[in-house]
Amino acid sequence: MEKLYKFLKYTFIILWTVFIVAPFLWAISTSFKDFQSVNSKVTYIPWLDFEPTLEGWRVLVKSPARGGVDIVEPYFNSLFVTCTASLISIVLGTLAAYALSRFTFKAGFVRNNDITFFFISQRIMPPIVLSIPFFIFLSTIGLLDSLIGLVVVYIVLLMPIAVWIMVDFFNRVPKELDETALIDGCNPYQAFYKVVLPNSIPGLIVAGMFCIIFGWIDFFFAFILTFTEVQLLPVKVVALNSSITPWWSLSASALISVAPLIIVAFIVERYLSKGNLSGALK
Amino acid sequence: MNLIGENITYKPDDQFHLNDVSFNFKKGNLYTILGRTLSGKTTFLKTIAGLLNPDSGNLSFEDNDFIKIPVWERNVAMVYQQFINYPHLNVYENIIFPLKQRKISEDQIKKDVEEALKTVGLAGFENRKIQELSGGQQQRVALARSLAKKAKILLLDEPLVNLDYKLREQLREEFKRIFTQGLSEDTILIYSTTDPQEVMELNGEVIVLDEGKVLQKGPAKEIFENPRTLKVAEISNDPPMNILKGTKSSEKLSFENILINSPSHFKNLSDQVYNFGIRASEINLDDQGEEFEIELAEISGSETLLHLKKGDSKVIALIEEVMNFKIHEKVKIKFNENKLYAFDQNEELVSSPYGVSHG
Repeated sequence: MEKLYKFLKYTFIILWTVFIVAPFLWAISTSFKDFQSVNSKVTYIPWLDFEPTLEGWRVLVKSPARGGVDIVEPYFNSLFVTCTASLISIVLGTLAAYALSRFTFKAGFVRNNDITFFFISQRIMPPIVLSIPFFIFLSTIGLLDSLIGLVVVYIVLLMPIAVWIMVDFFNRVPKELDETALIDGCNPYQAFYKVVLPNSIPGLIVAGMFCIIFGWIDFFFAFILTFTEVQLLPVKVVALNSSITPWWSLSASALISVAPLIIVAFIVERYLSKGNLSGALK
Repeated sequence: MNLIGENITYKPDDQFHLNDVSFNFKKGNLYTILGRTLSGKTTFLKTIAGLLNPDSGNLSFEDNDFIKIPVWERNVAMVYQQFINYPHLNVYENIIFPLKQRKISEDQIKKDVEEALKTVGLAGFENRKIQELSGGQQQRVALARSLAKKAKILLLDEPLVNLDYKLREQLREEFKRIFTQGLSEDTILIYSTTDPQEVMELNGEVIVLDEGKVLQKGPAKEIFENPRTLKVAEISNDPPMNILKGTKSSEKLSFENILINSPSHFKNLSDQVYNFGIRASEINLDDQGEEFEIELAEISGSETLLHLKKGDSKVIALIEEVMNFKIHEKVKIKFNENKLYAFDQNEELVSSPYGVSHG
């Protein structure tokens, strides 16, 4: 029984790993191929089946004037928009979540739960519903096709995630911890940043991870709200595909697109595997 | 110079958490607050700490209006029933946290922490993480943090309730030692608990609280000997005092088909209906006694608790040895009538074996 279980377990893990890793292997090998190796016959092994070339990668950094597609600028645009929006969302979202978790608000019929729901409700509707209001809003304030405009839109999309995760996290931090800090001589602000915040790092990491992922992979708003001035990475990658599909540069750009997320995943994995995410406070 | 509360009332919803509570706490004394769960003990302590603001009433300490002073400037210390420490700091850092907030010199901090850790028996644990400690040790760290602070008011909110039986016994002993040795003459110590035994052992001034109202104040011995009302008698005894409705007629007391001799301290009572109270430990097995049926028998430690029934009368008897009984078995018991209490129809004490000092 024990052995069978082990066998099945490892079989499943191996199959799953192949399923996940195979596309990456395909993409890596394709990114080093040229037109011939992709289109003439089936090729797998570099140097044996085909002669590897860096052409697919070179195109990405060359300016359009010299026949390239220049993915560098969209890459840094994406990095800037994602990181800025995530950071602002985390800062504001954490403060909002702490207030929602610790204080009781009353305004007419509105209570804490209603405010939390308001944040989350921003993500209930499909994004397409929001596209028209966002478009009109940004064009009115003159931020259409600009990095700042995208940051504003992404904050609207990412802050609900931060609030949602952090409210839940703070609710599990005993209120007595804040009270002890107050009794021990902290004013409310000190209690927050000296005691509550250091104990919320696991929650902040999870919230930050989700913000970065959702910000980085967004295609829809990046596509709708930008034209020529500013381009984000997902839009640029999709735009590579023209009458002839350049599999080599498409693969290369896909690989460097997922690279930041893989790095984030490796950092967060250390916390996840240790079970540190909720165990800090009981 | 004392901690004085006048007519403090706190009623955040339909229920009173504190109802017209007044007190005058002197420095160098130990006060215990005895009450059941939800009787307002925690609210009481939080009000003194400043975490709650009462709806009405005054609170002053050293002739200052305490209510106007925010928590973080009050210089109180509090230990919670949950073991609350700062999880991101180690033991040493936990204890110096309040000292650093008050900007005390490094040398003084070092001395204070060493002393506090020694007092609670955790010397050598400075670099341990909080999560590596057992519940009892975590509570000791919390206590050390409160002691090192040398606060003028030290609040302990049921500090032993979440510990297991054996550890509770042990820490209770140590608390007694710490309270008698480790505290300065300047400190007011307020200790809340649901456990009457703790109150008796700590032997301080007792305040009996129920539904936010002070039922009785006085030394532990006084509360034990002369509980002013039936409610106090129930709260200040574990198991609660047995209460039986009965009639006194000249030399006899009759409960439902039980007749016993009236004790000598009842001789001044007029003949009428009373609520008679008797502690579980004053009911003994006796072949000459009345026959009762066992509803439940619990063994705890070296004692046996018998839940007995006869007709509508139910009593709990505490037998000081481990005995095995079957449910529905019949046993004969006898009340020690010399330890009977009598409460009148208004549930107020009219006669006690130790002599009534009031009523």
